[in-house]
Amino acid sequence: MARLVDRRMGVFLAALFVLTVALPVASSAAAGELVPAYLVSLVGKYLCYALLAVALDLGWGFCGILSLGHGAFFALGGYAMGMYLMRQIGPRGVYGDPVLPDFMVFLNWQELPWFWLGFDRFWFAALMVMAVPGLLAFVFGWFAFRSRVSGVYLSIITQAMTYALMLAFFRNEMGFGGNNGLTDFKDILGLDLTAASTRTGLFVASAVALAAGLLVARWITASRLGRVLVAIRDAEERARFLGYRVEHYKLFVFTVSAVMAGVAGALYVPQVGIINPGEFSPANSIEIVIWVALGGRGTLVGAALGAMLVALAKTLLTGWLPELWLFALGGLFVLVTLWLPRGVLGALEDGLAQLRPARTGAREEVRA
Amino acid sequence: MKIVLALPLRPFPAALLTALVLMLPALMLPSAGRAAGFEELVARLPEGSYSDRAEVIEAIARTGDPRAAEVLGALLEGSLHVRKADGRVVIIEKTDAGTVAFDALTGEALGAVAGRSTEKIKVNNRLRGMLRSAIGALSLMSPDRETRLMAAQSVFASGDPANIEALDAALSAESDREVATALAEARAVAILNTDAPVEEKRAAVAILRARGDAAAQAALAPHASDPAIGNEVTAALAEIERVRQMWGVAQNVWYGLSLGSVLMLAAIGLAITFGVMGVINMAHGELVMLGAYTTFAVQEAIRGAAPWLFDWSLLIAAPLAVLVAGGVGIAIERGIVRHLYGRPLETLLATWGVSLILQQAVRTIFGPNNREVGNPSWMSGSLEIGQMTVTWSRLWILIFALCVFAALLLVLRRSFFGLQMRAVTQNRPMAAEMGIDTGRIDALTFGLGAGIAGLAGVALSQIDNVSPNLGQSYIVDSFMVVVFGGAGNLWGAFAGAFGLGIVNKFLEPWTGAVLGKILVLVFIILFIQKRPRGLFALRGRAVEA
Repeated sequence: MARLVDRRMGVFLAALFVLTVALPVASSAAAGELVPAYLVSLVGKYLCYALLAVALDLGWGFCGILSLGHGAFFALGGYAMGMYLMRQIGPRGVYGDPVLPDFMVFLNWQELPWFWLGFDRFWFAALMVMAVPGLLAFVFGWFAFRSRVSGVYLSIITQAMTYALMLAFFRNEMGFGGNNGLTDFKDILGLDLTAASTRTGLFVASAVALAAGLLVARWITASRLGRVLVAIRDAEERARFLGYRVEHYKLFVFTVSAVMAGVAGALYVPQVGIINPGEFSPANSIEIVIWVALGGRGTLVGAALGAMLVALAKTLLTGWLPELWLFALGGLFVLVTLWLPRGVLGALEDGLAQLRPARTGAREEVRA
Repeated sequence: MKIVLALPLRPFPAALLTALVLMLPALMLPSAGRAAGFEELVARLPEGSYSDRAEVIEAIARTGDPRAAEVLGALLEGSLHVRKADGRVVIIEKTDAGTVAFDALTGEALGAVAGRSTEKIKVNNRLRGMLRSAIGALSLMSPDRETRLMAAQSVFASGDPANIEALDAALSAESDREVATALAEARAVAILNTDAPVEEKRAAVAILRARGDAAAQAALAPHASDPAIGNEVTAALAEIERVRQMWGVAQNVWYGLSLGSVLMLAAIGLAITFGVMGVINMAHGELVMLGAYTTFAVQEAIRGAAPWLFDWSLLIAAPLAVLVAGGVGIAIERGIVRHLYGRPLETLLATWGVSLILQQAVRTIFGPNNREVGNPSWMSGSLEIGQMTVTWSRLWILIFALCVFAALLLVLRRSFFGLQMRAVTQNRPMAAEMGIDTGRIDALTFGLGAGIAGLAGVALSQIDNVSPNLGQSYIVDSFMVVVFGGAGNLWGAFAGAFGLGIVNKFLEPWTGAVLGKILVLVFIILFIQKRPRGLFALRGRAVEA
């Protein structure tokens, strides 16, 4: 078994640790607000994206499952957290109903639907954040992998899945706030969501979740099981004929990946303050893929970097030149697939390897 | 008086009978010298009490003068005035510029009038009722077929027994079959509301039963409890319900076919690039959008330069759309897709990037809002088939889709290009050995798929909003069609599109549009589990290719 924390993972985790400590300190009043306070939530949001990218990379980079519906797992985790936050509002809503969220009062609902029960407790919501996406991925994957739907067909039906969920969540009758989604959150675990300390806490939690996600993914992929996953990615039929239950491995990694995406969504929602059905849109899910492809498929750390890079570029470009953003994103898709098949990280490491030709090592080759 | 004798004799109230006898000759027989009487009567309208006015109205109706309906209509609406200065009867019309008057008899424009210089000729409720049936009766005899038909329909809706004589008179004079049917139906409704003999009511029920639509149902329903004819009415209602359900099914099938034709147009180009070449083209929807914007641009040019060409705009736009979309398609193939053969997932991502770029390019050039694309005259309006409405635009699109499909089959099966294309698909190295320029064929095949997307855009511009997001709304659906039908088979796309279209439209009334769509998506996801290669899966060696 390879080392759990290899060089690139070590460097990344160290950098992440420095960022996690430095940013809240720099933005605090004691340091004279060297950086604006909103940066904490913004970077916290990027960290959630990074965790989502790691989740996708686990499935795509190591097992060849290109899911175009990972945004759905992210959004489901977000909705589970959103439901908890809605219940925390209590009688402070516009209509002042002690139990029902505002949109239900508005729709003239008399009592809480059954699937909202229990979400007033944090532990239950936290459980659902992982259970709901995990269960969906398990059921969906069980059907899909068992009947050997793979490659682009799998991509397309995962896209159809998130599209169907988007249409469903847009419906008011679903009981998730319809078009507007869930918003107007007040506090989490009794802490005011607008307070700087709560925001810092969420930021640190996101960083910890990202680090944990990276380590779990690394632990899985560096194990014997990870070797089988790579074998399945590169030669599914051969792995099957060697006696591996390919569908079990795929199902496992798909479910773990979905749970990770759900956690990312749950941390994302309190930091941005809203969750709506737009998160399910197929375009969002494809954007996740470009994060991973840009950073370097099958590198985990690269996926996290790619997510943060693209998210940063999006923030900057949509601020300065909104017209240009889609051109840039579209161009990125084309350039990365044509000229950077191993992503930025892969290209960087290739460059380093050329500088030091003496170094040899098992490089993880990624093939389509 | 021959006409009166021809009428079936029934125990009419005496007054009605008198009115009938008085009215009919006037209504039926155009006579010379009557015009003077009409003018004189109109001049007498402003005078006297309400009961005097009633007599005058009755007399005007009796003249059967072609201008009578208009004058009585104006009186009913309160726009018939009398000019205080000279007692001339005028029709007042309120426009943006002020109030203008027209002579009630000659229609001569009398220019603007001050509010106080004319006085309205007043009517009370009794007169209004009289006016309505007089106008209805006059319209029933109008020389214009459409007016008669409309009048018959409005009498049908009122079901007032007072109209029976007028209807009988109109019926015996009517030569147009459709109008005659409408008159008979209107008469049947009125008969049911009288205490006519059971035999006659039965005949009326039969007439309404033959009509068999919602209006007939509504007219019959109140009589279901009538002890004399209740059984007939109930049976007729059940029969009508059955007929209506049948038409409802037919209408749903039509909607389904229409949706299917749209889906097929959108998906068939995809069936070529995805099915035949195995290339996932996520920019396919944007090529459709380019076709729609080409139509828009062509129409803009025509509006500016040669408005008389407008009816031909689609025929001009179609080849241009093929060129634009096909050209962009070939550029995509040569520039990007060519380098990614054998790597479907990368192709998917790169073409998604292209789709974003195309969307933003169109948004930058044409703006983010919906653009207005007009329907040529031969595509506007609709067609009534029984109780079903078929809009011309959708009918043409269905025909167009079938033509495109047939043409495509012909190209693939019969042309030399099609032969080369199939050869490259089935065995690339062998095709190359035989001297086929495989690179050229790849580009042309991709261009063909893209060109058909452009054609789809021309058709969709007629029924959908032309906006930069047009393509996005079809991409998931078209992939579903191809996946459901089975890649690599045009017939699969055909069956997939029409199957999904019809299923979707039959689900909609039960579940609502959105839930119906979700159910269809779930169905396809489950279907793929069962038949991972679609409805019309390729078998044998082609699967490995």
